[in-house]
Amino acid sequence: MEKDVAIVGVGQSTFVRSCGMTTRELCYEGFAEAMQGINLKPSEIEASIICSAPEYDKQRSPAGVVAEYLGLIPQPTFYVESVCSSSSTGLRVAYSMVKAGLYKSIAVVGFQKMSELSSREAMERMGRGADVVWESPFGLTMPAGYATYATAHMNAFGTEEKHMAMVRAKNSSYGMLNEKAVYRKKLSVEDVLNSEMITYPLKKFDCCANADGSSCIIVASKEVADKITPKPVWIMGVGAANDTTSMSGREVLTGLKAAKDAANAAYKMAGVGPEDIDVAEVHDCFTISEILAYEDLGFAKPGEGIKLLEDKETYLGGKIPVNVDGGLLSKGHPIGATGGSQVRTIFRQLRGEAGDIQVDGAKVGLVHNIGGTGIYGNVTILGV
Amino acid sequence: MGFERFGVVSFASETLASDFVTYLDEGKLMATKCTKCGAVSFPPRMQCTSCFSTDIEWFDVGEGKLATYTVVKYGPLGFENDTPYTLALAEFPSGVKVFGRLDKAIAEEDIKIGMALKSSTVKLADDRVSYEFKKV
Repeated sequence: MEKDVAIVGVGQSTFVRSCGMTTRELCYEGFAEAMQGINLKPSEIEASIICSAPEYDKQRSPAGVVAEYLGLIPQPTFYVESVCSSSSTGLRVAYSMVKAGLYKSIAVVGFQKMSELSSREAMERMGRGADVVWESPFGLTMPAGYATYATAHMNAFGTEEKHMAMVRAKNSSYGMLNEKAVYRKKLSVEDVLNSEMITYPLKKFDCCANADGSSCIIVASKEVADKITPKPVWIMGVGAANDTTSMSGREVLTGLKAAKDAANAAYKMAGVGPEDIDVAEVHDCFTISEILAYEDLGFAKPGEGIKLLEDKETYLGGKIPVNVDGGLLSKGHPIGATGGSQVRTIFRQLRGEAGDIQVDGAKVGLVHNIGGTGIYGNVTILGV
Repeated sequence: MGFERFGVVSFASETLASDFVTYLDEGKLMATKCTKCGAVSFPPRMQCTSCFSTDIEWFDVGEGKLATYTVVKYGPLGFENDTPYTLALAEFPSGVKVFGRLDKAIAEEDIKIGMALKSSTVKLADDRVSYEFKKV
């Protein structure tokens, strides 16, 4: 493992339905937690990367106001977006900049304030993350996009609605332990199956909730990391890939090609394979998404993801614990903040600081963060 | 001109491929093919990035089959009064896939992946136009 670019601090706000703060105040919450315990002042951070999906709040070009409020100017700030995977893309850009020697430390701040919009308005914004010319005019939404993958997976492999419900039951059993999660109630398979149909075959509890939230990752060169923290976590691999925005262009309908391509790139760079991953955070924006992720990441063969669930291999104590912080399904999904929150969980796992959800002896962790319905694939592998 | 008439709610008014709407008015669902390198496309495009030709022709997608679908019960802003509707991806012999809606006359329990489909123009209110897939 190359130990040249480190994560030295992570933080997130509590994810809530409505935060009662401005976006810059919300960003402070994640930033302040990330800066705890490291010997670094905001004025010493050489650049910032601000990550969110556009159009959920009225501020145009939010990087400037956020960087200013956090005390990160006059250093340069950059705005990065890949909708739901914006902060993973931000982390990739930060890695590249540090690796290139341009900056020695960078704050990657992800945020989303979704409560400014009604649920239908948010759905319409998300629907416009699809191809607005050719597909949004039919009333395509994010859940509908993933639902078409669910239907195809069910048809190809015999996956059932109860299998998807098992994902929510698992993640809710951990989400109840996460004090930063928006949804802390434990749900049974029956609760999920009996919830209101949103877009067949996805029901209300197959879907994650909109939330307000922020996250922050402090990235540093080895030189800086060695000075400011005794326990750096190293970036081993960053993989990214894109698939078509339009559904019409998709070659495969039973998995996300962008996720698979990103995973292959990240594994190759890190010099590890799926069997080496001790703990993973995957983008369970919908229950089916987690099953697709098992297969796209190589934790299971195509069509065999549901076996991992049935055998409880993705629970704590299983072969590959997944989303033991509750996942997006429990935490909520404040679009631009999500990747940073996933990285935060893996960082704490690898430092042995994950408390009730600690995976014993975790040394290598993986983050799978997807933008849109499989448009932007981002896979990050971290190690100690 | 004319493309703002496409779909239940339109988010784009102009495209080089606006003949698509003219063909819909004639009852045809068309995709494009590059006359130089033969690349076929849906959504239609008048600029080929395989060979950089702009000499593009239209072809009728013909009959196809259902690749996947979802029945939307909770619609986004602008589509509240439209639910339930079925979004579908259909596959055609040329290799193009087309995203659209299934005919509401097809009962939910009769929808099967692989079922044969044909396209049909849908005339909407206010001179708007779209297409849907019907059972063959």
